[in-house]
Amino acid sequence: MSDESVLIEFDNVQKVYPNGTVGLKDINLKIHEGEFVAVVGLSGAGKSTLLRTINRMHDITGGDLKIDGASITGYKGKELRNLRRSVGMIFQDFNLVNRSSVRRNVLSGRVGYYSTWKSSLGLFSAEDKQRAVDALKRVNMLEKLYTRVDELSGGQQQRVAIARALMQEPKIMLADEPIASLDPLTTTAVMDDLLGLNQELGITVLANLHSVSLAMKYADRIIGLRGGQLVYDKPIAEVSADDFDGIYSEQAEIKGGAVNG
Amino acid sequence: MTENVKKQNFWARYSWIMWAVIVLAFYVWSINGLQFSGLQESAAEVSKSIMHGLFHPEWSYFYDGSGEDLFSLIFQTLAIAFLGTFVSAILSIPFAFWAARAPRENKFHLRSTSGKFILVFIRTFPELVLAIMFIKAVGPGSFAGVLAVSIHSIGMLGKLFSEALENMDRGSEEAIQSAGGSKADMWVLATMPTIMPEFLSYTLYRFEIAVRSASILGMVGAGGIGTPLLFAIQTRNWSRVGIILLGIIVMVTAIDFISGTIRKKLV
Amino acid sequence: MDKQQLPQRPFAQKYHVKGIGGALVFLALLWGSSVMTGVNWGEFFTNLDQFFDLLSRMAHPAWEYTNIVIQPILETIQMALIGTTIGTVIAIPFSILAARNLIKNSVVRGVIRFILNLVRTLPDLLLAALFVAVVGIGATAGVWTLAVFSFGMISKLFYETIETIDERPLEALRAAGANNTQVVIFAVVPQVLNSFVSYFLYTFEINVRASTVLGYLGAGGIGVYLQRSLSSFRYDQTAVIVLAILVVVIVIDAVSNNLRERLQ
Repeated sequence: MSDESVLIEFDNVQKVYPNGTVGLKDINLKIHEGEFVAVVGLSGAGKSTLLRTINRMHDITGGDLKIDGASITGYKGKELRNLRRSVGMIFQDFNLVNRSSVRRNVLSGRVGYYSTWKSSLGLFSAEDKQRAVDALKRVNMLEKLYTRVDELSGGQQQRVAIARALMQEPKIMLADEPIASLDPLTTTAVMDDLLGLNQELGITVLANLHSVSLAMKYADRIIGLRGGQLVYDKPIAEVSADDFDGIYSEQAEIKGGAVNG
Repeated sequence: MTENVKKQNFWARYSWIMWAVIVLAFYVWSINGLQFSGLQESAAEVSKSIMHGLFHPEWSYFYDGSGEDLFSLIFQTLAIAFLGTFVSAILSIPFAFWAARAPRENKFHLRSTSGKFILVFIRTFPELVLAIMFIKAVGPGSFAGVLAVSIHSIGMLGKLFSEALENMDRGSEEAIQSAGGSKADMWVLATMPTIMPEFLSYTLYRFEIAVRSASILGMVGAGGIGTPLLFAIQTRNWSRVGIILLGIIVMVTAIDFISGTIRKKLV
Repeated sequence: MDKQQLPQRPFAQKYHVKGIGGALVFLALLWGSSVMTGVNWGEFFTNLDQFFDLLSRMAHPAWEYTNIVIQPILETIQMALIGTTIGTVIAIPFSILAARNLIKNSVVRGVIRFILNLVRTLPDLLLAALFVAVVGIGATAGVWTLAVFSFGMISKLFYETIETIDERPLEALRAAGANNTQVVIFAVVPQVLNSFVSYFLYTFEINVRASTVLGYLGAGGIGVYLQRSLSSFRYDQTAVIVLAILVVVIVIDAVSNNLRERLQ
């Protein structure tokens, strides 16, 4: 792929937490537009940190991070909020407001486009209300529009969360362990939804996954992290199942010297 | 090594003796310290009159249209508790944010520790003294009672609110932030809807307590049913004491039931 | 896209019936309460200077009064300890009789719980006023007040604890032919002892707080001096008493919290 299509570029990115823990170390990585990237690794390997540096929920402590060729590390205030608006995110625990209706939760994904007083009073435009309906329809949750979130199952909640993220009209979708709290059946539905966004809407997807088999089923490209370092990066065609012993074993050796970043 | 083990065993085996001695000493000190006046000779007689009064309440006092009857004063007591709790709930919110510790902060934190101390101080300051202080400011009557309940309840509500803030699920805040929301968006769209039911439930619980205290604040002149109750006790009008006690019991039971039912629905 | 596909929104939700109705009821209550209590914020703010005058006098505590306060404040602690103990001793049989898993007879349970609920509705100062009338002015009235007050509270905490115990040891003992008393001693007591002691300490804390004002009505302890200083307008002395109460409550809370944590 040509360099023109590079959407996210990690340039020697470092992340050290205030208490001294190393979150990310020497990350060099290029994500292309329209890719579906699965990030695999043990818990604590830095997967969540990696995702959260992209929408600046975590700040990096060294190196540079570019989106569409522009460095985002210095963004503040309005610029930062516009960046976050263009990056959707879904979470392991869905992070919905349990006591509000599905509709209100989905509309809240649109906050980035409104002034605070308008969004607080619920003054969303008719256009955005329609947008919410369309987003819910896409994830097959329209019939729950007026239901309270705490009456939904986990899988349904995650799909509402996807609809909320869609409201941002994002270019990039970050999915932080989207299926870790779900049962196998709803897992497929949620992953299919993510794949749909990627293939039909052309949204670039980065998903942290625990399961290698799911990663191999859905992703175009798999990257592996261990101890905050990039230890694996291959397009799906070159991936073979036993590559992952290195990522998931406690030994430091990396199989096959797979890093090409 | 073996000696060490033996020592620990010794301590584990006989430490209860030390505790027993401490507890016993504490009790001996307390019993000797108190001057038990012994029962007055009239005690049996008074108890009998109270019992008689309780079973023969003065029904005519229930309602006589004067505004000084049981019915009116019970509602005045409820009004004191309601208004006091409401004002207190609003005042408690800033105190809660003052005292709450942010997720990754140390155990000692100047802001939150000082806030917690203020709340302990308010909680400990006797409500009765507050009532008397407010009587100086606004004169005797139920308004002084409202003010006393308002201020005193901050101690407990502020503590409960701040703990609710410390323990709340921050996930929805993170989601709003990652969608490009400002701090104010986070507060209105995520924090408030998440925390409000809990705040309401605690406020109702505090209301139950306020009803009890509003019924005695009248003993120092801060309005409600307490004033005629103390007067009836001092004049030994036991049948009137009886009807007032019945009134308080019914009121407290009813409020506990209603408030409990709403609280179950909230959470 | 056409509206037909949208789910029906219930009438109540569409017009926010719950929210608007609740708000109206709430505003009506608020208005009614304000009228009934004669709330007058204007008066409050115009007389605020008097309140601050009082506060400023309290801000200069009469430290020499401390010596006089020590004895009655110790008496307060003694009252709380003895009162809580008497209340607990009476509460134990009642809580056993009120526990669903021990007493299968619902009539007995119902009657006992009814008595306990009645006792719990009575505020502490009201009890104090009654006991002063019965046994006369002094610490004895305070002790009885706290005994009755803690009886109501502890019985409830205790029977709720008993109801959460593990039933299997009870069954095993019954199967081995134990009578009810034996079941309580060998299967219930070991399971609940720690929480009982913990609740006893918790009630003791609350009673120390409560006992500081009982004397206001003549029921002994520091409250007697509180009343004396307030009625003679010696707010500097009141300040010393309030500070003394604060210190005692904090110390007792800290000690009791520490002990309770160890028990867990």
